[in-house]
Amino acid sequence: MGFGITVLVLALVLALLWRPLGAYMARIYGGEMRWLAWLERPVYRAIGVDPSSEQSWKRYAGATVVFSAVSVVFVYLIERLQGVLPLNPQHLPAVPPLLALNTAISFMTNTNWQNYAGEATMSYLTQMAALAVQQFLSAAVGIQVALVLVRGFSRRESPTVGNFWVDLVRGSIYLLLPISAVMTLVFVSQGAVQTLAGPAHVHDALNGVSQTIPLGPVASMSVIKQLGTNGGGFFNANSADPFENPTGLTNLLEIVLLLCIPFSLTYTFGRMVGSLRQGLALLATMVVLFGAVLGMSLAAEVGPNPAVRAAGVTSQSGGNEVGKETRFGPAASDLFDIASTSTSTGSVDAANDSFTPIGGAGLLVGMMLGEVSPGGVGSGLYTMLLFAVVAVFVGGLMVGRTPEYLGKKIQAREVKLASLGVLMMPVTVLTLAALAVALPAGRSAVLNLGPHGFSEILYAFVSQANNNGSAFAGLSANTAFYNLTGALAMTLGRLGIMLPVLALGGALAAKPKVAETAGTMRTDRPVFVGLLLGTVVLVGGLTFLPALALGPIAESLVGPGRLFG
Amino acid sequence: MSVASNPVAGRARKQLAWLDRRVMTRALLESLRKLDPRVQVRNPVMFVVCVGTVVTAAESVARPTVFDWGVTVTLLATVIFANFAEATAESRGRAQAASLRQTRTGTQARRLGAEGREERVSAAELRRGDRVVCEPGDLIPSDGDVVEGVASVDESAVTGESAPVIRESGGDRSAVTGGTRVLSDRIVVQISAEPGQTFLDRMIELVEGANRQKTPNELALTILLAALTIIFIPVCVALAPFAGYAGGQVSVVILVALLVCLIPTTIGALISAIGIAGMDRLVQRNVLAMSGRAVEAAGDVNTLLLDKTGTITLGNRRAEQFYPVGRVAERKLAEAAQLASLADDTPEGRSIVVLAKERFGIRERQLAGEHAIVPFSARTRMSGIDMGGHQIRKGAADAVRAWVEERGGQLPPDLTPLVERLAQAGSTPLVVAENASALGVIELKDVVKAGIRARFDEMRRMGIRTVMVTGDNPLTAATIAAEAGVDDFLAEATPETKLALIRREQEGGRLVAMAGDGTNDAPALAQADVGVAMNTGTMAAKEAGNMVDLDSNPTKLIEVVAIGKQLLITRGALTTFSIANDVAKYFAIIPALFVTTYPQLGALNVLRLHSPHTAVLSAVIFNALVIVALIPLAVRGVRYRPASASALLRRNLLIYGVGGLVAPFVFIKLIDMALAALGLH
Repeated sequence: MGFGITVLVLALVLALLWRPLGAYMARIYGGEMRWLAWLERPVYRAIGVDPSSEQSWKRYAGATVVFSAVSVVFVYLIERLQGVLPLNPQHLPAVPPLLALNTAISFMTNTNWQNYAGEATMSYLTQMAALAVQQFLSAAVGIQVALVLVRGFSRRESPTVGNFWVDLVRGSIYLLLPISAVMTLVFVSQGAVQTLAGPAHVHDALNGVSQTIPLGPVASMSVIKQLGTNGGGFFNANSADPFENPTGLTNLLEIVLLLCIPFSLTYTFGRMVGSLRQGLALLATMVVLFGAVLGMSLAAEVGPNPAVRAAGVTSQSGGNEVGKETRFGPAASDLFDIASTSTSTGSVDAANDSFTPIGGAGLLVGMMLGEVSPGGVGSGLYTMLLFAVVAVFVGGLMVGRTPEYLGKKIQAREVKLASLGVLMMPVTVLTLAALAVALPAGRSAVLNLGPHGFSEILYAFVSQANNNGSAFAGLSANTAFYNLTGALAMTLGRLGIMLPVLALGGALAAKPKVAETAGTMRTDRPVFVGLLLGTVVLVGGLTFLPALALGPIAESLVGPGRLFG
Repeated sequence: MSVASNPVAGRARKQLAWLDRRVMTRALLESLRKLDPRVQVRNPVMFVVCVGTVVTAAESVARPTVFDWGVTVTLLATVIFANFAEATAESRGRAQAASLRQTRTGTQARRLGAEGREERVSAAELRRGDRVVCEPGDLIPSDGDVVEGVASVDESAVTGESAPVIRESGGDRSAVTGGTRVLSDRIVVQISAEPGQTFLDRMIELVEGANRQKTPNELALTILLAALTIIFIPVCVALAPFAGYAGGQVSVVILVALLVCLIPTTIGALISAIGIAGMDRLVQRNVLAMSGRAVEAAGDVNTLLLDKTGTITLGNRRAEQFYPVGRVAERKLAEAAQLASLADDTPEGRSIVVLAKERFGIRERQLAGEHAIVPFSARTRMSGIDMGGHQIRKGAADAVRAWVEERGGQLPPDLTPLVERLAQAGSTPLVVAENASALGVIELKDVVKAGIRARFDEMRRMGIRTVMVTGDNPLTAATIAAEAGVDDFLAEATPETKLALIRREQEGGRLVAMAGDGTNDAPALAQADVGVAMNTGTMAAKEAGNMVDLDSNPTKLIEVVAIGKQLLITRGALTTFSIANDVAKYFAIIPALFVTTYPQLGALNVLRLHSPHTAVLSAVIFNALVIVALIPLAVRGVRYRPASASALLRRNLLIYGVGGLVAPFVFIKLIDMALAALGLH
């Protein structure tokens, strides 16, 4: 299948899914879905929750924090105890404490930053009961936090924003579990492995070579890793490993899985606030950003690799093949990795580190813009709404009224919370990256020198603070310094944004709705899409331009001829 | 009245001619005084610039170079320019306050003692409830209500209106304001304000901006600006280790310069001037807002309640047409109507005389011989004249009908349908009768003000619904509403229905503005989001509203809305401009910043600036000069034309967004060329 057709099919499938999946999510979180009630009710009874009760934003936020903390402790304990727990056919020892902590936070925060190789570090039990469970739950939490913000806009003068536990159960049972179950079967049919029997041992008597081929419950994890925009693969090679991503069809399906919920949530939003056009405006913004980042990266990747050319290879007709799976080629790999970094997934089917400078900058930019194109499950929508609040505030003043978005006045409190949410990621990234390059502990872990090495450090923090999880490689990040600073970046990038978002949802829900007139700034028109695009690009661009100048831009301008030492 | 006839505003304006040396010197001195850190810390953006100036100054002292000193001086100038913007805006209010204060000082009062004895006391000693006597030439010492007598009062000190007004005990015209002068007659005033809290005191406080609180929108914007400042601190600070990693070094001075260029100094420097000037624009139109919050609320108004009389229609009805009934000739009707109206001094009465003259050339006659005027009374609802056996009456249809029937007269069959038809058309039918026979009907019509329809169309485009409030019956109201082009009307309005209407609108999420003057308007004025009380109105109305119109012109409500919008637009436009400027500044400074680390980054020097030093200096100089250049815009407000939100957004994004993106590229290049010409390198 040619690349052009791949893109067309992808766009068509996502467009077809947009409405039904978005409507389905609106009905799930509106409590209208009942077909799995037999599964839902016993869960409420077990955790002692009244499904009709609601929480204030403070109690909702409290539950989010408590649940996140419990998740970290749970994952940490399984990692530490995996040596004595069952389902460990490779007899892997306990995960070291700091790595276990970094990994626990990584999976709770939906980041799936992996300072380890899965097949050689984690037992089947850890992969299934700790990591894959978090891939479901962290995705569910992300979506429901976005829903709280949407409820803030759709409710009027409401003291409550929903119930954390009910939303968590509904999102998992009605949305993530059924899709994952069906898709896992498709993946298995394509050749993805799914077994608890342990690794296969192959002995080649002719050559006298023995080989151990790691296997495991891979297919099930491959699906939720994409669907929940988690990104943490069973194997170190992630989606480049044929056991995780066996065919061109699964490659396309993986891209569909990671984009479908973030894009469709804009429909859910439009439906819940009572205007599809409002959802379309956000969708348009996301699509334009995605297209621009993909276009920039693609242009660089289908061209020749400058380093290869400098080495004297003149014919690179296939584009930059370095670090690409030959099964997929440069264009499809670039599409996969851009989709993965533009959502908060971070799974890869190629080596990001081997991208051309500008191709790699595309991966960085997708994240630096705050992951809103379309962003992670839930996090993409809520971050985009934070930007929208800022855009509405500035634009609203320019039409001469107290700014209002969807009938809610945007005043001091709303501006404060939206600014806090928007600031959290860049401030975290820049502070920690500055610390890393300033301290020997941070510098010593870098394999490459010069601007590329700088890009590797910058990428690590951009990825973690955005809860993306993809890595630029070249950075030996399994050190005390990177495990701890990474854990901090991931936590701030998750709860540091979720808490302001929940507070904003609460503040908006409590407000009355003001009437819309011809004097109200329309937020469902192309002009607003332009304003929102400008806001996202200016905030992201202005904060990261100097850093980009020292990383990929310098690398691209300096060229591969110069050695740094 | 025109603004220019207001001595207060007029005087202030003259002093504010841009090149007036005294005002400029004072504002400059004031801007130096504002360098006090305690003042600066209130504005987070400018405070960061202050700290940055201290850092570069220390660096310049330690290792003096022309470049470092150049940056330091420019940064200091940036702070002073910001202070100057605020001082300029404040100086207007000061001038007004000074002239108001002159009115207040040294007023003596004649307080009435227990047994009617007078004692002379200072105005400052008067308490609420005291009674004072005022005679021609006296200044009324404090706010109060006339409890005895009637007098003409010169209120020009407060309103700027030189024509005297009548103040009398009882009713809606009893309120007097301290600082105004009695021109004729003796009145006794009961003081209604404690010392220091009079209308004049509040007015001085307002125009001076002494206790200026940040308005809700200003507060929200300050938070956004603080956020935009905070975010750029790690951006700039992190560059030192980032560059160090790349094996280069960046100068602290350039980093500070970059920080100052990136944080929104333009809007940060002008934000308080915009707020002060917004209030001032209201004062120039003779409207006193009791809080900045009210001015902003005016911009948000969705529904305007407008009194029909005086706002939509000219104050009075006018005779339009004579309709004779039965076999009566039209001329006979006109003659009778004219006779009945000769002694009627109401505008309606005079318009009948005028109409009779226009139609039939009936001249005004001296009433000769025996005659008796029958004045209008609320009980009879008729007026007229008795002369030489003729009794002529004009009045409300049912009253005159009853009067005719009482005298045994027959009503022509076409009278009742005619009266009904006219009433349905929105006119007021006055029936004229002589002795026992009805002669016909005079049609009185409301006259809708010229141009008012266009203004309502404008309002509609801005998304503001206009509601006409009138005591008329629904039929009359509907006709006038249609003629004037209002969106809705409230007929047979009472204070209660008015209040209910406001509540209903507010429940639907709309903000309501209204104007009112009577005591019975007070609850509605208090309930409305923007309540403009007329200065001629009662104290109760003035207390209830959040604005007072000194000209007592209810149409001004529309201007108040425009001023509120203009205030917000100015803030938004300059914020957009300020942020959009950053792009060009990056392109000027980043290549200069890393010139030693990665000379290849010179490719980003798209402006081809002369040297790294001139590039940085041009950026900070532009950043400082743009503040001065925009002071007039901040003080005057951006041009506002009523239009839909979409049109406004498109226009302002184009001018201030795209303009803000492009302008600094041009000016930074020009400044750089100038610096290069001066020999800097």
